[in-house]
Amino acid sequence: MRARGLGAVAAGAAVLLLLALAGAVAPLLVPDPYATDLAARLAAPHAGHALGQDSLGRDVLARVLHGARISLAVGTAVVALSLLVGVTLGAAAGYLGGWFDEAVARVIDVLLAFPGLLLAIALAAVLGPSLGNVVLALSLLGWTGYARLARAEVAALRQREFVQAAQALGAGPGRIVARHLLPLAAPILLVQATFGMAGAIVAESSLSFLGLGAPPPLASWGAMIDEGRPFLLVAPHVVVWPGIALAATVLALQLVGDGLRDLLDVRSPRQRVVTN
Amino acid sequence: MTGSLGARRLVLLVPTLLGVVTLVFAFLHLVPGDPVEIMLGESAAPADVAALRRDLGLDRPLPAQYARFLLRAARGDLGQSIAFRTSVARAVAGRYPATLELAGAAFVLALGLALPLGVAAALRPGSAVDRIARLASLAGACLPGFWLGPLLILLFSLRLGWLPVSGRGGLAHLVLPATTLGLGMLAVLVRLVRASMIGALGEDYVRSARAKGAPERRVIAVHALRNALLPVTTVAGLQAGALLAGAIITETIFAWPGLGRLLVQAIDARDYPLVQGCVLAIGLTYVGVNTATDLLHRAIDPRLRDAR
Repeated sequence: MRARGLGAVAAGAAVLLLLALAGAVAPLLVPDPYATDLAARLAAPHAGHALGQDSLGRDVLARVLHGARISLAVGTAVVALSLLVGVTLGAAAGYLGGWFDEAVARVIDVLLAFPGLLLAIALAAVLGPSLGNVVLALSLLGWTGYARLARAEVAALRQREFVQAAQALGAGPGRIVARHLLPLAAPILLVQATFGMAGAIVAESSLSFLGLGAPPPLASWGAMIDEGRPFLLVAPHVVVWPGIALAATVLALQLVGDGLRDLLDVRSPRQRVVTN
Repeated sequence: MTGSLGARRLVLLVPTLLGVVTLVFAFLHLVPGDPVEIMLGESAAPADVAALRRDLGLDRPLPAQYARFLLRAARGDLGQSIAFRTSVARAVAGRYPATLELAGAAFVLALGLALPLGVAAALRPGSAVDRIARLASLAGACLPGFWLGPLLILLFSLRLGWLPVSGRGGLAHLVLPATTLGLGMLAVLVRLVRASMIGALGEDYVRSARAKGAPERRVIAVHALRNALLPVTTVAGLQAGALLAGAIITETIFAWPGLGRLLVQAIDARDYPLVQGCVLAIGLTYVGVNTATDLLHRAIDPRLRDAR
């Protein structure tokens, strides 16, 4: 089990690293992703444009690589914000109990009473299309999963002897939670964060596909797939490549998450599937 | 039936429903700027702006707006759709059956494939069937509907000409949208049925049944499968709710005249009352499906049924 976990993490991490690296050095490798060339609209892959050109003659490879920057940045930002808010609220609820715990639990219940994507769509619709709003909308929904995990772990560990020992030594609640309890919850949160990043990346693409995420001309994979749809028959490459990049990213994150779960030996509730 | 626990579950529904309605109410107030001006455009006549503001109740204090929204929502009155020039309730009701049809077809397809595939994979781990099952669950987890859908259209509609590109009609119109929508659920269920079945086959009661000389078919179908299906029921219910959200994208791809497409149209038209109506309808259905799943789980699991 452990050996398989290690292999999966290594394979997934390698793909993600490659993607991040390609995204980082994209400006040096490929043409300007926004440079249009109307004479070469929908050109099939050829020398100079390895993955072909889109409906405005923009280089598909350049746009796919810039899409990696958007996907990874949005995914990282959403996970970081959700973790910060979710762990803080969840740990406080689990440690303090009482009305605060009850209030946090009710808010989570209501947010989970909607399908995640529906709320993200509604929020993005009222906030307006921008990447910042996508991060905001997805984080407003994404924190609940981490909060539930942090709350459960902290509540379960709160009565243990080492906590009482720390209290007897004069440690305050903040220090006990941060130094003694949260490190024990870290493995399960890490696994959840990996699946959460996959979910956030798919959600960003879904919103951009619907025109509610990255505004044009940004090269979000979801937006590229949407823009290429009318030309599916004559220029399938415009739709195919961003989809392959997206599927590879999600697969890599799944592999890392599954592998980490085996390695760290945690039982994690899977992140709700946001799309399909 | 499920006694006091079931009743308690229904009581807990009240704050959830109230929260859902409150959140939908809040949407209009999350709009940056004046929602009325955004809906009508900057060139609208002041009289029209004032009329719509009165119609939406935005001229009253916030608590009064909230009370009005709750009372009207309880009666199924969600105001007027600006873009469709009809009541929101009527617009939503008109599209509801199409979404149910699509989600229902996707559900049947996913469950109908996941059960035999998952069981067969569990009976022979490592076999060809097992590998197919694992591939299916991997594909479903990684291929987003908004990519799979267009590719299916390209292959089966545009290239092969076997199935219609879009729209709602007979069974042929359902195949591609239901496949696109159901694949994600299929992925989750295949994985779960397989794992749950492998777990059940290793239980003592299965060994006892075999020791007593029960035929293998009966051991699999009655002793193992029935127990393995308990977690599957819960997850299938949760996934059925998630299909409603996935339908928003699937309906957009296939021009399927359901709630999801209506929601996207309402967003494009900045028809906020209609957006609220669609979100509320999908949200309430989701809550209903999840509650029904929970009650069903309690009803079929003797350990929960007889608890307390």
